[in-house]
Amino acid sequence: MNVLFIVSSVVAVIASAMAITRRNAVHALLFLIVSLMGVSMMMYTIGAPYAAVLEIIVYAGAIMMLFVFTVMMLNLSVSPEDEKRQTGFKTWIFPMVLGAILLGVMFLSFLSNPSWSGLQQTISPKQVGTLMFSRYLLPVQIAGVLLLAAIVGAYYLGRTRKRNLHRYLQNTEEE
Amino acid sequence: MIPFEMQILVAAILFTIGLIGLLTRRNLIFMLMSVEIMMNAGAFAFVAAGARWIQPDGQVMFLFVLTVAAAEVAIALALLILMHKLFKSVDTNQLNSLKN
Amino acid sequence: MIQPIWLLPALPFLGFMILALAGKFLSKKIIASIGIGSVALSFLYAIFLGKAFLSHPDLHLQFTLWDWIQIGTFNFSLTFSIDSLTMVFIWVITGVGGLIHWYSAEYMEKEEGYSRFFAYMNLFVGFMLTLVMAGNLLVLYLGWEGVGLCSYLLIGFFYRDPANNYAARKAFIVTRIGDTALLIGLFLLIREFGTLDIATIANQANQVLGINLSMATIVSLLLLGGAVGKSAQLPLQVWLPDAMAGPSPVSALIHAATMVTAGVYLIARTHAIFALSPFAMQTVAIIGALTLLIAAISALFQYDIKRVLAYSTISQIGYMFLALGVGAWSAAIFHFVIHAFFKALLFLAAGAVIMALHHEQNMFKMGGLYKKMPVVFATFLIGSLSLAALPFISGGFFSKDSIIWYAYASENGNLLLWSIATIGAFITSLYTFRMIFITFFGNEKTHIHYTPGKTMTVPLIILAVLTTAGGYIELPHNLAHLQLFSGFLSSTLPQVTLKNVLPPEGVFQLIVALLSLMGIWLAYQFYLKTEPVYKTSPTRQFFLNGWNFDKLYEKLFVRPFVWLSNINSSDAIDEVFDFVGLQIKRIGNAIAITLNGQIRWYLTSMIIGLIILILFMMWT
Repeated sequence: MNVLFIVSSVVAVIASAMAITRRNAVHALLFLIVSLMGVSMMMYTIGAPYAAVLEIIVYAGAIMMLFVFTVMMLNLSVSPEDEKRQTGFKTWIFPMVLGAILLGVMFLSFLSNPSWSGLQQTISPKQVGTLMFSRYLLPVQIAGVLLLAAIVGAYYLGRTRKRNLHRYLQNTEEE
Repeated sequence: MIPFEMQILVAAILFTIGLIGLLTRRNLIFMLMSVEIMMNAGAFAFVAAGARWIQPDGQVMFLFVLTVAAAEVAIALALLILMHKLFKSVDTNQLNSLKN
Repeated sequence: MIQPIWLLPALPFLGFMILALAGKFLSKKIIASIGIGSVALSFLYAIFLGKAFLSHPDLHLQFTLWDWIQIGTFNFSLTFSIDSLTMVFIWVITGVGGLIHWYSAEYMEKEEGYSRFFAYMNLFVGFMLTLVMAGNLLVLYLGWEGVGLCSYLLIGFFYRDPANNYAARKAFIVTRIGDTALLIGLFLLIREFGTLDIATIANQANQVLGINLSMATIVSLLLLGGAVGKSAQLPLQVWLPDAMAGPSPVSALIHAATMVTAGVYLIARTHAIFALSPFAMQTVAIIGALTLLIAAISALFQYDIKRVLAYSTISQIGYMFLALGVGAWSAAIFHFVIHAFFKALLFLAAGAVIMALHHEQNMFKMGGLYKKMPVVFATFLIGSLSLAALPFISGGFFSKDSIIWYAYASENGNLLLWSIATIGAFITSLYTFRMIFITFFGNEKTHIHYTPGKTMTVPLIILAVLTTAGGYIELPHNLAHLQLFSGFLSSTLPQVTLKNVLPPEGVFQLIVALLSLMGIWLAYQFYLKTEPVYKTSPTRQFFLNGWNFDKLYEKLFVRPFVWLSNINSSDAIDEVFDFVGLQIKRIGNAIAITLNGQIRWYLTSMIIGLIILILFMMWT
């Protein structure tokens, strides 16, 4: 179990690092999907199979699909500005320093209070479901409403509104 | 047995990577991707905590985070489409009308 | 029954309010009637009060309007009080003031700002009455400042000419210097006495200041400083000749009869303090003597008729100061009364001449007027006789002569003061008749185009009668020894103490009389027998400019001050305050750089904040 965890965590980290450094958006998205699968594996090894499967189905399956569709639809895979300035090392220094500082601070705060890592028990989906519909019923319903709001919002924002162009611009305007 | 600190550490590393990506890339798609990475890392932290105390609450929280992420992606992509329509590019440096 | 003596200043103030607010809408006749009427009503009331005073000269009327300032132990109320000294001043102010108002109804008819003029004149009369009727020195100071303000407003009455504004400012600023000295003196008085009530100070002066004579000297000198400023004596006499820029009635009222005598009133009122300090008295006398001489000599070289009269006023007030300085209190007040009559008369008559010759003020351009303007000439002559103090036929003789006598005969008098006063009398007679001969005799150089009407000539006649008759109420010791005037004032002003051994008064009187006549004869030789022509030379220029005091002050005070302000023209103190504002602006601009609209920049700052927050939470 330990080995599995370590391998999948390494995969996840490397895949994420690759995802953010690609020039091509589709490549980056594919790396991201790999990273998500790695995280899912990590979750399985620590005894949360329900979460692991959910991650694969919803996160990697649905959300990433949305991303890929959008990128393909709008032809955003390669964009000109990125090539010019992004790949230089200069642009990466400051965020990396900042990230390193943040990481260091977080490490310090975690490692100052060592915690007991004893038992490990697999938590079944049945337990999660029971909890969701008893104690967390209200938040679940609200989450549903949130999704509804998101759907309505996305629809509204994505509408094509009819634009009244000057009659001389009618033919030259391409949408 | 995986020590709990190591699990959190992994989550922290993933979070930081997402952060670096967010600060560096100008392309909106990559920024959204980085945000996804960060949210994923946070969700994993929840699950790890739940597993440490052997309570399903962690996974329930993970579900909510997932829901929020989904909603956020939907809206974000809609906005992305709008931006593409208006600016013809997805460079965030163009979004500076809040200047001064 | 308590007399409402507050009506005396209130009526002119009411006139001022009506004219200031509604003057634009009233016709000239109504404006004149309100202006003259308010002063005339005050005069009638003063006559009514006067009847009571004449039978009981030691009467003391008081009326407190309200409590003015009450801070801790300082309690000053708006109190009016009248005793015999005040009564004399009130008669002069309302009487002569009323005549001048009447005169100016015609004089100012063709000028713009008719209602403004009467409003200011009424305001002035109100403040002057406040000054002389003050029950405590704070109300006196109120009146003091008020008349200074009105003097400024009236000198600069024809405000469209910047030279007039300059003269008005000069008058105000120079008197301000005196006012500051007066104010410090008042502070010291508060510290010594705890109150500024005049009666209290007079009664307790001996006890409170008698021990600390140096304090008495200091206070007296400070009060003298204020008096010197207001009464245009040395060294603050420079404003009065320039103040002639105002209309002639203004010169008559303010700068001859009333405001410039406020200093004399102040010293007479606080004589208890002055009497304690022989040094201060000496200073008063010396200032008076020097001023009268310097001003008389300057008057001899002037060519503008109003400036001759201005220097003459300075000189005559010098006589009053001289009298105060040697302890002849009531003689000084007597001379004030007579001087008010003849100086107002002279100014008004000069105004009539100026108006007739279409605003020509240069004497050497006038001439041969005695035939064309007989009434004006006659009244001018009577006034001049009084000024030159010709024996017996003029009131000026009795008043000035008694001052000259006391300059020697009083305990504090000496031969030096007497000789200065006598020489001054000679020069006075000389310049007075020089003025008459050049103006009224000789060839006519400018033609008359306007003859003054009754409204202007009747006041002149009244004043001429008063000048002549007024002298007879106080006759000197060797002639009938009539002491109506000083008897009237004896309750408020002490009698003058004479030396033990005195030469006969008649000798001194004869000397003075002879000198006056000689002055007339000399004037005749120079200015009537031969055609008067104005010559200039450096010496003449020196005296023409009033002994170049203006130039001296400019070199001593004005130039360094202007140099300092040029150095500071970018205003160092302003810069300190501006500096603060500028720095804050810079900080704001620096912070505004962070608002660059870039998302990633905002994210970076958020992350930095997050790091700091985590660190913070870790270490607490």
